[in-house]
Amino acid sequence: MSEGTARPTTMTREDVTFRRLVQLAVSQREETSRAKVNLARRHLIQRAAFGLLWLSGMAAVAILLAVVGYVVVQGAKVVNLEFLTTPPAGGLATSDVGGMSTTIVSTVYLVFWTIVFAGPLGILAAIYLVEYAEEMEGGSGLVPIIVSVVRFAVEILAGVPSIIFGLFGYALFVSAVALGWSFSLRSAAATGACLVLPVIIRASEEAIKAVPRSYREASLALGATKWQTAWKIVLPAAAPGIITGIVLSVGRVVSETAVFFVTFGGTVRAPDTVFDLSSPGRSMALHVYYLAMETRAFDKAMGTGAVLILTIILINLLINIVSRRLTAKLKGR
Amino acid sequence: MRKLVDTGIRYVLFLSALASVFIVFLILLFTLREALPAFREYGVAPMLTGTVWRPQEDQLGILSMIAGSLLVTLGSVILGVPLAMGGAIFLAEVAPPAVREIVRPAVELLAGIPSVVYGLFGMVVLVPAVRSTFSVPGNSGFNLLSASMVLAVMVLPTITNIAEDAIRAVPRDFKEGSLALGATRWQTIVRVTLPTARSGIIAAIILGVGRALGETMAMIMVIGNSIRMPGPLSQNPLTLFLSQARTLTGNVAVEIKYATGLHEDALFATGVVLFILIMLVNGSARLLIQRGGAE
Repeated sequence: MSEGTARPTTMTREDVTFRRLVQLAVSQREETSRAKVNLARRHLIQRAAFGLLWLSGMAAVAILLAVVGYVVVQGAKVVNLEFLTTPPAGGLATSDVGGMSTTIVSTVYLVFWTIVFAGPLGILAAIYLVEYAEEMEGGSGLVPIIVSVVRFAVEILAGVPSIIFGLFGYALFVSAVALGWSFSLRSAAATGACLVLPVIIRASEEAIKAVPRSYREASLALGATKWQTAWKIVLPAAAPGIITGIVLSVGRVVSETAVFFVTFGGTVRAPDTVFDLSSPGRSMALHVYYLAMETRAFDKAMGTGAVLILTIILINLLINIVSRRLTAKLKGR
Repeated sequence: MRKLVDTGIRYVLFLSALASVFIVFLILLFTLREALPAFREYGVAPMLTGTVWRPQEDQLGILSMIAGSLLVTLGSVILGVPLAMGGAIFLAEVAPPAVREIVRPAVELLAGIPSVVYGLFGMVVLVPAVRSTFSVPGNSGFNLLSASMVLAVMVLPTITNIAEDAIRAVPRDFKEGSLALGATRWQTIVRVTLPTARSGIIAAIILGVGRALGETMAMIMVIGNSIRMPGPLSQNPLTLFLSQARTLTGNVAVEIKYATGLHEDALFATGVVLFILIMLVNGSARLLIQRGGAE
């Protein structure tokens, strides 16, 4: 009887242990399978999310191709050597006459003077900010304040919308209230110079900062003055970066419209020569605007727009080449 | 002698550096000086809250232009931010290097395309499409929707570039810690990377807003330039975006060349309002970036 009673007890004990083991195994399996399901779900979500990310990345490329492709393909219908070499004429959309030659000339003049005004000023300011001001920051109390004020001003200029530059240029240069230069190449170039000044200062500053200290120390140790060091050693070493900034500014002037809309005048005739500073003119970007909004000659607008886009692409390529050479040079060092 | 030259040059350089300060000063001086008579004669409050713009009759309310600017900016944010953020996350975290080498220059070039070209594309392609898609009476295609679409593409590079930098600046250890705990890459992006980069991302969006508020030519070309207060065209309130409008920038650019007297002053006042709006926007972005850097 005692065996009889003992047996079921041991059996229940074994049973319990067994049951526990089974339960454990089952729950473990459930857990791993739940984890597996969970992991699968997480991977599914990830795949969907990454799919969307791929889509939005590709969308940028697609939009670019759509805009550039459409304008270039439509523009190609009217662009030929004659279009590039004859001045605009015949306002109506239907007429086949007239090209864009004078707007190319005006654009070149405008770019030239803008860079002449803003280039040296921006580069010299950058030299001061990096070479002269920074070493004195520990010294007299006034210089650091001035430097931070200048930095702040450059930042404000970079954030000012172009139409505000236009308004300012209109008030200061164009209208008779101040200088009274009226709509002219010099009004437009002077306003444009204010627009690109922060671009040039920032790029030059970065480039000058990247020149190794040892260059300066070696030059100073050989007895060169600070300016000689800055001019003959630092500036040449920083040249690629500075040139990048200048080319960037060229692109900005070529594509800018609002500023020149209120300062350049918009006449179809270009200034006679590059020194004909008091004549008005019309840049390529302005020409696109006038063709689309006033003459409603969309085919020619597309043609001019295509030339404009190709110019910008060319400028971007140039920047890439220069900066690639710059990084290669830095790596080689 | 060399010392003397050196000192002279020091002053020349100093003056060049001051030129930026001088230009900012001149911009403030000239726009404010021209704007002041309008503010004084018409009053700041009537100008900011008035909806009637008839400068010939000395009615100088610019509220409809403020509304136009804000609405088109809102539209561009709604349409552009998801795309721009997707692009930024894609470039920073997902894209294989070879693909990145294609997408990043594309985004850069998108930033380089002149605004008149976007405007032209909008006029020729988007405006007719919007006109034929939404057959609501009074929808000419030249409206807030078309303008928002153009503007969304124009702010995309700004937001993508800055947001990508912010995402890249998140320390590697954070991501590795999350991945080591068993999170997937997507979970890591959503729960670790993006929250850490939050202030930079918000700054990117704010700077995009600043860019949107300042855009001029493309807006003139597609928004219709109506001086009326934008409003819904039918019972459906969403048709608000099919309404014509005019931006603050457009108001200045369209009228400045022939405006005289108080009308001209009012345009400068429009510019001042725009300037303050953009400085507030850019200033808050700057603050966010600085605070993000301190964290």
